[in-house]
Amino acid sequence: MEQIIKVGMADLNIAKAPGILTTLGLGSCVAIALYDRKQKIGGLAHIMLPSSKNIKRNENKAKFADTAVEYLIEKMESLGADINDITAKIAGGAQMFAFKNKNNDLLRIGERNVAATLKALEEAKIPVIAQDTGGNYGRTVELYTEDGTLLIKTIGKGIKRI
Amino acid sequence: MNFEIESLDEMYLDVLKEIGNIGAGNAATSLSKILGKKIDMAVPKVNIIKFNEVEEIVGGADTLVAGVYLEFTGDIEGTIMFILDEKSTENMINILLNSIWVPTDNSKNKNTKGLSEIEASALEEVANILSAAYLGSLSTLTGLKIMHSVPDIAFDMLGAILSVPMIEFGQFGEHALFIETELSDGSDYIKGYFFLIPNIESYPIILKSLGVV
Repeated sequence: MEQIIKVGMADLNIAKAPGILTTLGLGSCVAIALYDRKQKIGGLAHIMLPSSKNIKRNENKAKFADTAVEYLIEKMESLGADINDITAKIAGGAQMFAFKNKNNDLLRIGERNVAATLKALEEAKIPVIAQDTGGNYGRTVELYTEDGTLLIKTIGKGIKRI
Repeated sequence: MNFEIESLDEMYLDVLKEIGNIGAGNAATSLSKILGKKIDMAVPKVNIIKFNEVEEIVGGADTLVAGVYLEFTGDIEGTIMFILDEKSTENMINILLNSIWVPTDNSKNKNTKGLSEIEASALEEVANILSAAYLGSLSTLTGLKIMHSVPDIAFDMLGAILSVPMIEFGQFGEHALFIETELSDGSDYIKGYFFLIPNIESYPIILKSLGVV
């Protein structure tokens, strides 16, 4: 049986084939799924916030888009992945509720998480080959390290494979 | 006062529990009146939750729940979440609308159930009334001015819903602090969770207003 590894909120992990990495109930958070097709090594991060900059307590690298991308690549390389063979798929970044009242910087956090993730991946020169982001609904994702498929489950919006 | 969730002492936690007690007591009475049913509340809990342990609160992060979200502003700010599990959502709608709850989608697949506009609106109104009751007693107790927003509902995965208030705490550390009270009719027929989630800046103000710091 394949090993299923759970990744929590503000958390990340890596696996070799045939391992499956999963993270449940993504809202405004973004799942960053990296995959080395040659070595069949996968990495999955569940980030909460766009940037570690200007945040005092930023020691948890898995919490922020910028640091999570870097750290996830490092961890995959330690398993034998080659950065030139890594591609990315991302999912999440929804807006669960309409913020009608407050005009704070957490407005549109989902959108900002997606933008920051794409920017971090671009800076790391990792091509983004698929994404399923936005909307106002939650997502659960599974990354299959056997072939790099990212399975996205929703409530009422069906199941997708990207 | 330097307020750190990770280093709260027992006395502060007791004070926050007492806030939950008084607020939720009032909310339970309101809910009881709306539903025409006896509603009890459990002893409030002050939950200090690590982000990756969200499922320890109500159920799995991908459990289907109804979550109503409100914001409060004034002397203190924060959010309120009222969470109902799937069964309770159905039961509460039955009582409120006095009709048989018809899933709007394919009824064979539980995961495709949605709420109709009137169902969503009824649950939002319940959360609205409970929040007014809760915040009203908190305001009386502390002398702080607190107003709340209109509610918004999602019928979706628990993790996705709770991530909204949790993200606010993400800037300050690895934990979120929720004042949780379970409201139920004593069986599993109606079981809801009311979370008061003040912003981290609001805690010192609350504690000060009560003469604790």
